[in-house]
Amino acid sequence: MIPDLLVRHGARLLHGLLITLELVAISGVIGALLAIPLTIGRLSKNRFVSALAFGYVYFFRGTPLLAQLFLVYYGVGEFAGQYAPQLKAMGLWVYLRDAFYYAVLAFALNTAAYQAEIFRGAISSVARGQWEAALSLGLHRLPLLWKVIAPQAAIVALRPLGNELILLIKASAIASIVTVLDLMGETRLAFSRSYDLSIYFYAAILYLVMVEVIRRLWNAMDRRLTRHLRRESRPTPTEAAGLVPVIE
Amino acid sequence: MADLLQLLSYGPTGWGDEILSGASLTVRLALATLPVGLLLGFLLALARRSRARFLRGFSEVFSTVFRGIPELLMIFIIYFGGQKLLQFIVSRFSDSPVEVNAFVAGMIALGLIHAAYSGEVFTAAFNAIPSGQWEGGAAIGLRKFQVMRLIIFPQLVRLALPALANLWLVLIKDTAYVSAIALNDLLRQTSVAVGTTKEPFFFYAVACLLYLLMSIVSSVGISAIERWSERSQRGRATVRVSAEAAI
Repeated sequence: MIPDLLVRHGARLLHGLLITLELVAISGVIGALLAIPLTIGRLSKNRFVSALAFGYVYFFRGTPLLAQLFLVYYGVGEFAGQYAPQLKAMGLWVYLRDAFYYAVLAFALNTAAYQAEIFRGAISSVARGQWEAALSLGLHRLPLLWKVIAPQAAIVALRPLGNELILLIKASAIASIVTVLDLMGETRLAFSRSYDLSIYFYAAILYLVMVEVIRRLWNAMDRRLTRHLRRESRPTPTEAAGLVPVIE
Repeated sequence: MADLLQLLSYGPTGWGDEILSGASLTVRLALATLPVGLLLGFLLALARRSRARFLRGFSEVFSTVFRGIPELLMIFIIYFGGQKLLQFIVSRFSDSPVEVNAFVAGMIALGLIHAAYSGEVFTAAFNAIPSGQWEGGAAIGLRKFQVMRLIIFPQLVRLALPALANLWLVLIKDTAYVSAIALNDLLRQTSVAVGTTKEPFFFYAVACLLYLLMSIVSSVGISAIERWSERSQRGRATVRVSAEAAI
């Protein structure tokens, strides 16, 4: 029933899929954490700070991720090699030996730039009156951000963040070039052993499934976040009793 | 520092000429891919508006698939798949081995991906044009093709341009993927230089700066084109289409 190719390579492909998910999840979360100070920097009134954050964002959005990965993998590796004894003593060498962590670092630095732009756009989209109203109510900075600005900004930020996650999943395939055995890496390995092109199509299907799952998840989250903006589709008791004409 | 700059010089000792030839290939690949992607994208948007269900479905599936598969995977599929297909065709006529041109394979793969994204942009732009424009055109006796050429298309270009400009910047960056199929683009030439000189940080930083330079030059060109396309709109509030990239 199952094609011979999948019998031989299926388990490894699934293991690769797991590595891909791990890679995306870890770098996505670290990227989001890095994006917070970047967003603050971008919105800062201090010219020096905002220029610094702008430069970071401009660099990481303006150059190919593959070039950034090489810069991190070979470039940082170059420096790490020079300090190998000290790093070994500190117990960090384990991380610096494994290409996986370089990929995580490169992807996190990259996605932080994109996420910071998304956060900045979302925060700027909240009307100024919302800030002023909250301030005039005497809210402190943190409750103001958390209770007033964040819920409104989240609606704007959600879809672009989903896009960014999808782009990150797709981009994570390049980790295979620096020897990480993610889904793409396992696929290339299987192809080099079997020279059977259909292995690439199986990988393509797995990537498509991942993207589709995220798309649906995001649609559901969008519905939840915007539930107060939609008119209730279920009729109210009075409408159901035919007392009020339903306006479409 | 001086010896590092020495490495960037022209001639047999420096890598300047190799890296610049790589950069030129990157630019040529992006420029060659752009018209393919835009034309196919426009056709996809037309198919999306078609009455034929088959065409609408095809356009949907195409755009979902090509936006959901990693670029690298796509390039491998086109490169190795094209190789097999060509081999199969040629083997019926002769025994000579064939090789797929990596430039053409990269161009096709990137063109198809670019088409899927620009198709979404054109679709959004079409939707932003009020139906009164079509009706008005028909009312003064223009044929359908004339309405498209004289009335709709100029507005379409203006609406789609900002998002298309973004896609162009994405395309420049996506060309880096072809280095994986041994095409001597900027990134691959840089890797060759790194392999010999063992100065990875310096050379990859130079490559990044060259990519940045391409983006900056593009941005200048793009804002000139945008000013031109919006010359009819001076003093008016402009409506812009921002196409959602992947969702």
